[in-house]
Amino acid sequence: MTAAVMAPEAAAVEVVDLETTSLRELNQRLHDLSRTPGPRAWRIVNANGAHAVVCGLDAEVEVEIEGHVGYYCAGMNKRAQVRVHGNASTGVAENMMSGLVVVDGNVSQSAGASGHGGMLVVRGDASARCGISMKGVDIVVGGSVGHMSAFMAQTGALVVCGDAGEALGDSIYEARLYVRGRVTSLGADCVEKELREEHVAQLRSLLEAAGVDAEPSDFRRYGSARQLYNFRVDNAGAY
Amino acid sequence: MCGIVGLFAKSAEVEERLGVHLAAMLGQMNDRGPDSAGVAVYRDPVPSGSSKLTLYSADRREDWRALALDLTSAYGGASEPRVRASHAVLVVETNAVEAEAWVRSNRPHLRVMSAGSMIEIYKETGLPRDFVAEFSLADLRGTHALGHTRMATESRVTTEGSHPFSTGFDLCLVHNGSLSNHNRLRLNLRREGIEFQTENDTEVAAGYLAWRMREGASLEEALNGCLEDLDGFYTFAVGTKDGFAVLRDPIACKPAVLAETDEWVAMGSEWRAISVLPGASEARMWEPQPGVVYVWEKELVA
Repeated sequence: MTAAVMAPEAAAVEVVDLETTSLRELNQRLHDLSRTPGPRAWRIVNANGAHAVVCGLDAEVEVEIEGHVGYYCAGMNKRAQVRVHGNASTGVAENMMSGLVVVDGNVSQSAGASGHGGMLVVRGDASARCGISMKGVDIVVGGSVGHMSAFMAQTGALVVCGDAGEALGDSIYEARLYVRGRVTSLGADCVEKELREEHVAQLRSLLEAAGVDAEPSDFRRYGSARQLYNFRVDNAGAY
Repeated sequence: MCGIVGLFAKSAEVEERLGVHLAAMLGQMNDRGPDSAGVAVYRDPVPSGSSKLTLYSADRREDWRALALDLTSAYGGASEPRVRASHAVLVVETNAVEAEAWVRSNRPHLRVMSAGSMIEIYKETGLPRDFVAEFSLADLRGTHALGHTRMATESRVTTEGSHPFSTGFDLCLVHNGSLSNHNRLRLNLRREGIEFQTENDTEVAAGYLAWRMREGASLEEALNGCLEDLDGFYTFAVGTKDGFAVLRDPIACKPAVLAETDEWVAMGSEWRAISVLPGASEARMWEPQPGVVYVWEKELVA
């Protein structure tokens, strides 16, 4: 892990047990930090697959979560650094705006969906539709991603150190996709592109920020062929 | 939405407490399916030559004992009925085809929820948490079980429209999702002699599996046939005498997670259903791949 994710000082950590504290109370206390001062380091224990854990944060805090989390963990995240020591279910960090979300395990479908900014790091695998409709978030996946990843991706970067499933980047706009392993198939209007120096530099900085040890030149780049931007009468028969 | 759970015991301790675990898992899926709930539990195999029926009566004053006496005079030595809320389990000293046919002609107001040598299906409308208590699920020992909590989309909220659906002797199906070609498929299957009791889409999938297996397909082949012949969204879990199978449609909108320890194999729509099991935090956990049939059977796991 790089300096981007720091282990909070043990003495100053606010510990919340979700077996004894309601999720609503936890999230409200975290939301209050956008207006009023409070603890900057948090540790959540016994998440047990609960939904919407630490959703909607808007404060410079560090949150560590022990255990697997359910749907939409760290959704809409702004500024906060969230780390899940486990797996995350559907829609982790969906629509995140800024900050950093790190998942040590695997994540289910639609990870980082429609994210506007910040960085999502998945150490394990992500399943289907990772980065669907991403709008500026950077996503780094240590393992592989499932089918339809980066579907309608608009901007930002998706870095996959393993393989990508079927229809990668279907109907993609301007996002950059980097895959080290095998791509089962490319989606409509997604093509392989040259990996130029600027892309190697971008990859290096993304991998470093994510704390992933990989050689940028081992990746291939994919992006939009820009054939679906406008309606073409030649395609009318396809509808 | 809907919630699915499945549990397969790999140790005597888990078999002993199967009902307790199943009840806890179902409770966790309460809000995924508040319309109705149901379980299929595999337990207490009957001697060969006998069969086990789970029957449902809409009348809570149903005289189950009188039914048992009639079955005894027809086939000899029927068991005391084991009654759970609106359901009763009877062991009959004849094969399942015969026993089921007898009930249909002599007690047409009863519904046969399941038939076979091990399976018992219980299902009812209402909140899953209430179902768990009303049917005293925690009492049930067994080798494996499936459960379902329903949020209805395709058909009415009734006991008959609840899951699991029987798909043949000792077989059942639970489903999260919705099928879009079930009306046409139901017509075709009726022509093949498959009977349907509801307008429910899942019952059609159950009927499809029953038909394929009647025509000689293995469970795995029948499930692979679903990928070709069913249109819609689904995560299926199928209970068999020896274990269970899981299949997600190729688009995989509907969730599923699997986990395994030395003590059990579990399946759930979400991790929180599995998190209540002993040793869950150390379990190996993964998401089943879309369009791939997964099967656990006693001989494979033991």
